[in-house]
Amino acid sequence: MKPTEAIQIAWEAINKNKIRSLLTMLGIIIGVAAVIMVISISAGTEATISDQITSLGSNLIFVTANFGRGGPEAFRGSNSGGLVFSDAQAIADQVNGVSGVTVEQGATETIKANNVTLTDVSILGTTPDFPTVRDMTIASGRYFTQEELDRKQKVAVLGYSLATSLFGDTDPVGQYVTVGTTRLVVIGVMEKRGSVGGTDFDARLYTPITVVFQKFTPSQFARFLGDRVRLIYVKIDDPKQMESVVQQITLLLAKRHNVSTDNLDFSITTQQDIISTQESTTAAFRSLLAWVAGVSLLVGGIGIMNIMLVSVTERTREIGIRQSVGATAEDIRIQFLAEALLISIVGGLIGLVVGLVGSWLFGALSSMRTVIVPSSILLAFGSAATVGIFFGYYPANKAAQLDPIEALRYE
Amino acid sequence: MSGQTIIETIDLKKIYGMGDASVAALNGVSLQIKQGEFVAIIGPSGSGKSTLMHILGCLSRPTEGRYILDNQDVSELDNKQLAAIRNQKIGFVFQAYNLLPRTTALKNVMLPLTYDRADHKTPQESEKMAREMLEKVGLGNRIDHEPQELSGGQQQRVAIARALINNPVLLIADEPTGNLDSHSGTEIMNLLDEIHQQGATIVVVTHDPVVASHTQRTIALRDGQVEKITHNGKSHPQTGEPE
Repeated sequence: MKPTEAIQIAWEAINKNKIRSLLTMLGIIIGVAAVIMVISISAGTEATISDQITSLGSNLIFVTANFGRGGPEAFRGSNSGGLVFSDAQAIADQVNGVSGVTVEQGATETIKANNVTLTDVSILGTTPDFPTVRDMTIASGRYFTQEELDRKQKVAVLGYSLATSLFGDTDPVGQYVTVGTTRLVVIGVMEKRGSVGGTDFDARLYTPITVVFQKFTPSQFARFLGDRVRLIYVKIDDPKQMESVVQQITLLLAKRHNVSTDNLDFSITTQQDIISTQESTTAAFRSLLAWVAGVSLLVGGIGIMNIMLVSVTERTREIGIRQSVGATAEDIRIQFLAEALLISIVGGLIGLVVGLVGSWLFGALSSMRTVIVPSSILLAFGSAATVGIFFGYYPANKAAQLDPIEALRYE
Repeated sequence: MSGQTIIETIDLKKIYGMGDASVAALNGVSLQIKQGEFVAIIGPSGSGKSTLMHILGCLSRPTEGRYILDNQDVSELDNKQLAAIRNQKIGFVFQAYNLLPRTTALKNVMLPLTYDRADHKTPQESEKMAREMLEKVGLGNRIDHEPQELSGGQQQRVAIARALINNPVLLIADEPTGNLDSHSGTEIMNLLDEIHQQGATIVVVTHDPVVASHTQRTIALRDGQVEKITHNGKSHPQTGEPE
């Protein structure tokens, strides 16, 4: 018997039992669809995170305060237990290889301008280096200067969409906005940046951090902390200098905070650290998903084996007839293997379509992003076929070893 | 031509079980069947006629003794070789027709060709052969009918067409009229007669004296041995000589 004939016979057998074949395929359909969807969702999440990391700007170092110790100790001494605004200045002035340093302090306020009132607008207090460090450009006007920062000048730079909502098509530069109860003059508008990783860069108002400290610091507790900052962004000239810069910052801040280098009250994270952490997290997530997908394919395979065993028993007489006209054990084995394989491949194809449509729908209907990974299609399909052969072998072998006389007598 | 022996068994034994519990279904059967003969094997149940039929049809092997089919000793062939012999040299007709369900008459008749390794035909050739064979058994107008759409007699005709498609040296019919009414039964026996007239060697296993009366020679089995061989007085189709 030629393979094409075996496949034809198998196809006819599947067609004669459409409902049962479909039910048998269900496990494989679900398994394959799950593999494809799960991989596309995880690839989408990865892409989102990687965008987020990129959006932080390239060649970035993050200096974060360690608040873990808590209690009174956190406030002991003037500089110990946290980062202060002047630390950022010191890094900018004293560390070699740094192209920009910025800090952020956020707040949320109601903004009024031009008869338009917007509530819960994100206010971001920053420094003049902010556009450089975060890779943003000015569309019109200018960003604020060091002098304006030092003098706590009430100036504002608007994000692209915020400018449009407040002023429509008119040029906002030179006009006033009222933030909370404070009037700020608009000196510039940012280039459109888009929303990345849940942060809409375009809907924010940028102002000197000193103004935020003075006017918009949200709570008494935060006011008490004064010019403390949670996070300092440092941008370096050249990635090769990363190590040197990290070392210089460590020594500088340890000295300024009067702590030993073994017991630092801050941490330095490079973008590479974030990426590696991200990678290991995703790898763990992936292997978990691989197990889930593997189990569902396994269950699908057991389903195939189960039905194939029933099918072999039911068709014992057919097997006997085939044997009586000259089918060898090999012919029978190939016939049933082809059937199992065909069921899993057709199931795999249906699962593929379901998985692709499902991924697309999931991406379209939820806030999560999905990315179809071509290799996942091969993987899902390959495992479906493997499952078919693996779980089809036992029933096929059972069929092949039937005694023709017994098989012909079977009622 | 009449002298050529197509089947020869020498002291054929088939023993089931081991030791004291063993039962001899066949206990030393020696017989010869010549090319073109029409022979009936009769006997009560338990006489060993089914076992003998299975061995003659290469569905099983004798425990002892030799079986020479078409000048080839087939008593010790392996399963794969036996399958090839069944495919090329033997045609089976069963009491219960044994057609593949939900499969057209044409496809049923083509089935043995699927397993023909020696002379593999293209689907077109196979189909042509199967059509011709169905016309020969008088079912030219039922080619695309499935078994459940055919009467018992028609189903048995399909089975006969299937048995003949590979041009076997031996046609074995096991109670071919057992499931049929007398009218259809007579039709099937007439068809077998006709096939015999054309030169086929036929062994029919039956307990029905009417069926046996169609044949030239009746071999009666009892307790696994040949009890009696009766010549039915019919002449050999080729030679015209009494057997």
